[in-house]
Amino acid sequence: MWKWINSFAKPEKAYWLCDVLQNWFAVVAIASLSVGLVWGLGFAPSDYQQGDSYRIIYIHVPSAILAMGAYVAMAIAALVGIVWQWRTAYMFMVAIAPVGAVMTLISLFTGSLWGKPMWGTWWFWDARLTSQLILLFLYLGVISLYTAFEDKQQAGKAAGVMAMVGVINIPIIHFSVEWWNTLHQGASITKIGKPSIALEMYVPLLVCILGFAAFIGWVTIIRMKNEIILRDLHRPWVAKRFGGAEFASVDVGGAKLSDAENNDKQSLKSGGND
Amino acid sequence: MVALKAVFLKDLALAYRQRAELMQPLMFFVLVITLFPLAVGPNLETLQRIGGGVIWVAAILSLLLGMERMFRDDFADGSLEQYILSPTPLYMIVVVKVFTHWLMHIVPLFLISPLLAVFLNLTMDMYVALMLTLLLGTPLISFVGAIGVALTVGLHRGGVLLALLLIPIFIPLLIFATSAIESASMLLPYHPQLAIIAALLLFSVALSPMAIAYSLKVSQN
Repeated sequence: MWKWINSFAKPEKAYWLCDVLQNWFAVVAIASLSVGLVWGLGFAPSDYQQGDSYRIIYIHVPSAILAMGAYVAMAIAALVGIVWQWRTAYMFMVAIAPVGAVMTLISLFTGSLWGKPMWGTWWFWDARLTSQLILLFLYLGVISLYTAFEDKQQAGKAAGVMAMVGVINIPIIHFSVEWWNTLHQGASITKIGKPSIALEMYVPLLVCILGFAAFIGWVTIIRMKNEIILRDLHRPWVAKRFGGAEFASVDVGGAKLSDAENNDKQSLKSGGND
Repeated sequence: MVALKAVFLKDLALAYRQRAELMQPLMFFVLVITLFPLAVGPNLETLQRIGGGVIWVAAILSLLLGMERMFRDDFADGSLEQYILSPTPLYMIVVVKVFTHWLMHIVPLFLISPLLAVFLNLTMDMYVALMLTLLLGTPLISFVGAIGVALTVGLHRGGVLLALLLIPIFIPLLIFATSAIESASMLLPYHPQLAIIAALLLFSVALSPMAIAYSLKVSQN
């Protein structure tokens, strides 16, 4: 079992897994996003107090929850990378970071849109808004640390440390900010069993969350495949898989170059291939 | 133990010989605080209300400036490699280095703070709270910040990146510290906030040396 799990440390095997999973994620994402969004935005009953404007939760809540979830996934990947030295774990980390950052941005944007009619202001320094904003900064920190290094193996390790420091900090930030100031309504769906939201609104929301999760998975898998190919451009398996003719010129002795040089070449190469 | 003492004495001597460098973050600290009365107006009540927050923000910024050189020279002249190779565990050496840095770079900040309290019209209670939060909070900044310093030490222009990485991490500390000072200004007890900062400090002293040591090894590649 352990050996089987460990085999995914090889980019080749990880690429194969991505290929298998990609279509499943795509199907689930498209199906549940279209069902959930149409149901939520079109057919769910409107709120007695907030009218139709509450409907933005079908985008706001999934993106907010999964922005946190994506960060945790990134930090777990970082831990796996640091402890078991998996190259593919760092690739996953790099693949999911921008996706999570965009989710955070979506949740901030929709929250701001919702805040205008409900609270009468686009932005308020409320606990949840603030901690979401800080989450965005943590994402940007990890991404910019990764891009600052030339050697991508080193970059992965450094960004991994930062991701783990961030994940330890998220609860501390969350509670400190909560103590500091709060206006946001309490969580309505985390109380499992008896949610304080009507069932007709709750079910489409769950479908939307599933859809968003699958969508994040889908985009991450595509990005990860891209990352694997870019990093392993000079390995024989890539050449074999994609009919090595166009890579053959670089392939000679390419594997002997240091990682940093490889990356330079790869970026040139990928620019040409686009 | 001998090695640790040697590292301690070496860092003390180096810091003492580069007194000009010691002064720069301190002057930055005072200058930033001078800007605030000029910007928001000399009204004593306003200054008193924002004083604690202003001092803390300025302290974090100036510490970030000074922190950059914590491992820079060791990285440049190869001492860092020797630390990694030496039989003394790297995380012990790191603890000594961070502590020395705190002693030489941050204790002067305490010495200058009565002046700032006068600048910003802090009451005696607020001043005591400020000192206590600084005493507990600045080692926390040093230890957690050292992780970021260790990660960026090999980069050519790591300064701004360091600030980007670390400022979000320091937000909880800022919140608790300023809330303690605010409680003090209303003559309320503020030991809960101090206790939380102390807990964060102990937590970071326990865990961050390992992260710093690992990051140094990553930077050394």
